[in-house]
Amino acid sequence: MILTKEQQAILDGEKGETLAKVMKTIVMYGEAFEAEKLVPVTSKYNHLVTSFGLKVMAPVYDLMQQLLDAGVFSEQQFSVDPRPLDKNVPANFLQNLVFNKFMYTKQDFYEKQLEKLGLMSKDAFTCTCYMDEMGNIPQKGDVLSWAESSAVVYANSVLGARCNRNSGIIDIMGSIVGYVPYFGLLTDDGRRATWVVKIQTTKKPEAQLLGSAIGMKVMEDVPYVVGLDKWIGTELNDSAKAYLKDFGAATASNGAVGLYHIENLTPEAVEMGEGLITEGAKEYIIDDAELERVQKNYPVIWKNPDAKPKLCFVGCPHLSLQQLKDWTESIEAELTRNGNKKVVIPTVFTAAPKVLEAFEKTEYAARLKNAGVITSYICPLMYMNNPLCKKMPVITSSNKLRTYTSARYYTDSEILEIITGGRK
Amino acid sequence: MKTFKGRVITPGEVTAEAVVTTQGFNTLASFQMALQFGDKQVKCGDQNNSELHGKPLIGKALCLPQTIGSTTGGLVLYCACSMGKNPACMLFSGHIDSLAAAGAIIADVWVDGVNMPVIDSLGDEFLAYVKDGMEITVKADGTVEVK
Repeated sequence: MILTKEQQAILDGEKGETLAKVMKTIVMYGEAFEAEKLVPVTSKYNHLVTSFGLKVMAPVYDLMQQLLDAGVFSEQQFSVDPRPLDKNVPANFLQNLVFNKFMYTKQDFYEKQLEKLGLMSKDAFTCTCYMDEMGNIPQKGDVLSWAESSAVVYANSVLGARCNRNSGIIDIMGSIVGYVPYFGLLTDDGRRATWVVKIQTTKKPEAQLLGSAIGMKVMEDVPYVVGLDKWIGTELNDSAKAYLKDFGAATASNGAVGLYHIENLTPEAVEMGEGLITEGAKEYIIDDAELERVQKNYPVIWKNPDAKPKLCFVGCPHLSLQQLKDWTESIEAELTRNGNKKVVIPTVFTAAPKVLEAFEKTEYAARLKNAGVITSYICPLMYMNNPLCKKMPVITSSNKLRTYTSARYYTDSEILEIITGGRK
Repeated sequence: MKTFKGRVITPGEVTAEAVVTTQGFNTLASFQMALQFGDKQVKCGDQNNSELHGKPLIGKALCLPQTIGSTTGGLVLYCACSMGKNPACMLFSGHIDSLAAAGAIIADVWVDGVNMPVIDSLGDEFLAYVKDGMEITVKADGTVEVK
């Protein structure tokens, strides 16, 4: 790798031993991918994936302390993934004991470290930092040092920023030195599509199911999706962005997609069209039967597959303001239809703190509360990552949550039917 | 015995018994429970990986195509190394992925005394040949002996 004089000086230790180790990490990371150079990080803010103070992650907090003690900081402030705990979310005595006394004992300590390292604000905890209300929205062409997979795929695909699927810790280190290795999704070649996915469904495909199907097929490759604009339009409005948020999170977690192009919709597809597709690209056709096949093949790992659900999570990744409003109306209508006043299964909707703050200012907040739904800023994935939840029948419309936990996946309309008592 | 030559991601020399997965290795799912709840053998906790689920990982030569899953994967691997609960080495048949590379490199740079050689690009034939229980020797230049 060819380094500039400034980069070489940092690597040689002229700005201190700790910063030299940060630079060495970034250089070795780039060399593993044959990167020829480092390029500046240009986004206004960074975003970190590590938000949780898990006792077992002590080495991470030791490393952060080394950075703090050496006065090695980034010039960028950052947002970070959601907090793992919220007392509003139902948990039994044993769960609370395990969460607070065993698992997340480092939460307060780590949050203090994050504040010192440059956290944007005390409520900058969400996986959807790119929401208008949160304000961490990269510009087209910005180079990022992010790691959260659902945020990376959104920033690359919908916003046209450039970021690799980095690991946690690499995210803060790239931001501290101000450079990231130039490879993969940072390059024009790396952003070209090696798959053409043709949507031939008879109705609007479920975002998280479609993303799952594509992710499992193309894995880490870049898909160019044809025919989806028929269902979600050619304008990147709130509705299309929310759809792509959920779609992308599923491609990234069910596969390892870091970038997708939607014909006539996402910025690079609008600019370059089929010119983005590489010669010899593979083809994947998705029709109703294919989506049905994918959903039917999800394993159900509940101890009792016929158990009555005890909890429902909606909002992984976090919901948008419009999604919260739309869900409120759907739930009210469906409760009325089913002769119920409140949801029949404890249900938690998760969204970014500032999105929830904005939602609270609308008349919808009281209506959703009246319907019995709890809102929270929590990360459902972190909530469920413990042995107690394995035995708990949790349902969700998040394909990311399904992938990483024992939660069972249903489409949004199935979830609506179940939580409002329409499905006996 | 067969010999394979790969690319050195992080250097080192070691001899260990092979554990093999031909599907992607989910780092978070594999290590989380073992690290969290103090499993001394560090048994693989990934229920979706029938080849590895329940098998000890600590001190083994982990042979794999690539890692998959959450982008916390790199820091989970770094934590495993910091706690001395890592595999003896990681041997990739193809090009290493960004999460595994990050974890191995962060451990190499930031953890004193860690010795977990990581070699990639060993070829599909390597993963087709190697089986659980075989003896693996990794040399400093990226040569991997399997017997």
